[in-house]
Amino acid sequence: MLGKTAGGLYWMFRFLERAENTARLIEAGFRIALTRSNDAESEWKSVIITSAAQSAFEARHDKYTSGNVVNFLLRDAENPSSVLSVTKSARDNARLVRTALTTEVWAAVNETWMVLTDALKKPIPETELPAVLATIRQQSALVRGALVGTMLRNDIFDFCRLGTFIERIDSTARIIDVKYYALLPAPSFVGSRMDNVQWETILRSVSAHRSFRWAVEDDFTAPAIADFLILDDRMPRSLSHCAGQLIKNLGHLAKDYGEAKPSHELADRMNARLKNREIGSIFDEGLHEFVGSILQENAAIGMQIEIDYRFNN
Amino acid sequence: MDKQIEHFDEMLGASGARPPYTGYDAWFNAQDRARLAKKAAEAEAFFRRTGITFNVYGQSDAEERLIPFDLVPRIVSSNEWTRLSRGIEQRVRAINAFLHDIYNRQEILKAGIVPIELIAKNAAFLPQMMDFNPPGGVYTHIVGTDIVRTGENDFYVLEDNARTPSGVSYMLENRETMLQMFPELFSKIKVKPVSDYPKSLRRSLEASAPSTCDGRPCVAVLTPGIHNSAYFEHSFLADQMGVELVEGHDLRVVDGHIAMRTTRGYRRIDVIYRRVDDDFLDPMTFNPGSMLGVPGIMDVYRAGNITIANAPGTGVADDKAIYSYMPDIVEFYTGERAILKNVETHRCSEPDALKYVLDNLADLVVKEVHGSGGYGMLVGPAASKKEIAAFAAKLKANPGNYIAQPTLSLSTVPIFTKKGLAPRHVDLRPFALVSPAGVNITPGGLTRVALKAGSLVVNSSQGGGTKDTWILED
Repeated sequence: MLGKTAGGLYWMFRFLERAENTARLIEAGFRIALTRSNDAESEWKSVIITSAAQSAFEARHDKYTSGNVVNFLLRDAENPSSVLSVTKSARDNARLVRTALTTEVWAAVNETWMVLTDALKKPIPETELPAVLATIRQQSALVRGALVGTMLRNDIFDFCRLGTFIERIDSTARIIDVKYYALLPAPSFVGSRMDNVQWETILRSVSAHRSFRWAVEDDFTAPAIADFLILDDRMPRSLSHCAGQLIKNLGHLAKDYGEAKPSHELADRMNARLKNREIGSIFDEGLHEFVGSILQENAAIGMQIEIDYRFNN
Repeated sequence: MDKQIEHFDEMLGASGARPPYTGYDAWFNAQDRARLAKKAAEAEAFFRRTGITFNVYGQSDAEERLIPFDLVPRIVSSNEWTRLSRGIEQRVRAINAFLHDIYNRQEILKAGIVPIELIAKNAAFLPQMMDFNPPGGVYTHIVGTDIVRTGENDFYVLEDNARTPSGVSYMLENRETMLQMFPELFSKIKVKPVSDYPKSLRRSLEASAPSTCDGRPCVAVLTPGIHNSAYFEHSFLADQMGVELVEGHDLRVVDGHIAMRTTRGYRRIDVIYRRVDDDFLDPMTFNPGSMLGVPGIMDVYRAGNITIANAPGTGVADDKAIYSYMPDIVEFYTGERAILKNVETHRCSEPDALKYVLDNLADLVVKEVHGSGGYGMLVGPAASKKEIAAFAAKLKANPGNYIAQPTLSLSTVPIFTKKGLAPRHVDLRPFALVSPAGVNITPGGLTRVALKAGSLVVNSSQGGGTKDTWILED
C-alpha cells in the first residue's frame, strides 16, 4: 500500500470520528441549555474548549450563545473542525484512497458528504437541531457499518481503525480534561444526588448516560464515572478500551509487516498506564495531570504512526 | 424542425427503425414513459452517489458535475463494427510506425510525404525522444479515435487522440448503469460486453514492460491529483485494474528505477500509465515548475528501465496539420489504402488550397492547426459577412496556421426527453490498446451526444451528454 493511501485512510476516519464527537458534544450542550438555562453560557464555553477551538471561536463571536456555538461547530466553513469542514475533509481523503475502499464504504462516505452538505446549508433553527444531530450520528453509523461489514481485515482496515481510535482517545480525554474538577472525589459530594449537572453532561458527551446506569447500577459517584470513562474496557469510548484497540490494530500491522515499529512501543506504554489499576491510583497521581499526559502520549503515537508508515515522506 | 430531414438518423429511417435498432425500438414502444422518466432520475442519483463526476475548474459550488446520461443506447451492428475496428487498428498501427520513424530515421520526411517543417516546428515534437526505442517499440498504448458518421456507410475519423485520451470510464459505467436499469433488455438483445477493458488494459500494459523486468511487472496509474477534471477516471481505472494510483510526490528515482513510497518502503514500478501531460512529466527535462511529475523519470526512461504509457512526444501524431496527411501516412507504413475516411482537409499553407478556402469561406469550417476546444475557429455557415471578411484577413496574413474542412452533416441518435424521442447529434470514441502482442479494441466506446436540438457540440465541458454504446453480436 502507498504511504499516502495509509495516511488518507487514517485521516478519513479521524475526520469522520470528529464529526460524530462534535455532534455528541453539541447534543449534551444543547440539553443543558434547554433544561438549565442559567448554566447554558458556561456550558457552551466548555463545549468550545473541549473542541480545542476557543481562540478561533472568540475571534469570530463575542458571546457563547447557543446559536453562535452551534453554527460555529456545525457549519462554519472557516472552522476547520466544524462538522461541515471535517465531512468534506473526510470525503476528500476518501476520494484520494478510493481504490482502497469497497464500493459500500466509498458510497457511504460520499452520501454522508452529500446529505450533510445539504442539511448544513442554512443555519439550523433550534427546532431542527435534534434531527440534524441525529442525521450526523446516523451517517457515522452508516460508514462504520459499511467498513465493518464489507472491508477485508488487512492493513487497510487497520489504518482506518487507528485513525478512529486516536481521534476517539483525544476526544474522550478532552472531555475529562475540561471537566476534571467534577470528577474528583470531593468529600462533600459523597452520596450526593445523582443529577449532578456536570456528570450528566459528561456522560451525555460520550453517549453513555444510559450505559453507565446499566454498567454500574447504583454507584452514581464521581470516582465511578471517572473509572467508567478511563478504565472500563466495556465502554467503547473509554480511554482503556480505545488504547486496547490501538494495540490490537498495531499488532495486526506488526504481524502483517513482520516488524514492530516505534509507534507500537509508545502505544504499549500508554496502554500499560490504563490497564490493571484502580481509579484511586489515578486520583493519587492527579486526574488532571494524568489526562493531560495521556493527551500528549496519544498525540505522539499519532505522529509516530505517520512516520513509521510513511504517510508523507 | 425541417433540419432533421437533412441528417442521417441512426435509429429511425424513413421506413421505421434501422435494422440494428429493431429490437430496441420494439421494446421502447412497449414501455411506460413515466417509468422511463423515473429510471432516468434513478440513474442520475446513482451517478451522484457513486461519485461518477468530473470537476469543473474555478466553480467552487458546482465543483463536481455529472455528465448527463441518456438512456437510449447508441447501437452499432456487428458488420459496421467489424469495418470500424479494422479501420481503427490500421490507423493505430500506422500512427505507431509513424512515431517510430519520426523519432528515428525519418524516412517519411525524406520521401517528401510529410513536410519537415510540420515536425520541426511542432511544439509536441520532443527532441529527447530522438534515436530511442521505447520498451516493446510501442508509443501509443492507448488511443481514442473520434469517429463521426454522415450516412449509412459513411464513417469519418475526426481526430486521433494519441496523447492521453479520456472517457473510457464512462464507456464502462454507462454499461453498468444500463445493466442495472434495464436488465431485461440485455436478455432480449445480445450486446458485446465491454467489461473486460480494465483486464485487457492491465495485460496490455504489462506486456509493454521493459525487457529487463523480471517477474510480473508492477503497473501504476499516475494522476495529477483529486482536483484534476478526470480524477474519477484515474481512480476508477486503477481500482478496476487492481494497481496503485500514484501522484508525482509518491514517486522517486531509486537505484536507476522509478519507485513508489509504500508503507513498507520504496517499491519498484515497471510501467506507468500516466495521465499527466508531457510538459509536466519531468521537471528536470520539461517544465521546471511542475509538481506533478517525477524528477529524473526521463533519464530512467531513456535507460530502458520504465515504460511510460503513452510515450512522451506522441502528440506529434495527432495535431490537425498531421491529420490531413493521415491517408498518406497509413499508406506509407501499411501499404494499404486507409479503411476509414479522413474529413477532406484543405491546408491553407498551399496556394491552391488557400484560394479555394478564401472563395468558399461561407461553407467551410476553418481551424487553427494547433488550436483546440473550438477557439480561433470560423464556422462559415454560422458566421456573418463581417466575421467572414475579418477572418479572411487573418487567414491571408498567416495561411500556414490554418486548415479548412467542409461542414459535416453529423448523424443523429434519439435521446429521451419529456416529449418523447428527439434526434441529437453524436460522435463515437472507441478505445484501442496497443502492446507488442498486438492491437486490442474493446467492442464499444464512448458516445457523446449534444443535448441541445441542432447543436453539434458534444463536449462534456459544454453541456454534452453520453450514451451507452452497443455493439451487437452477430
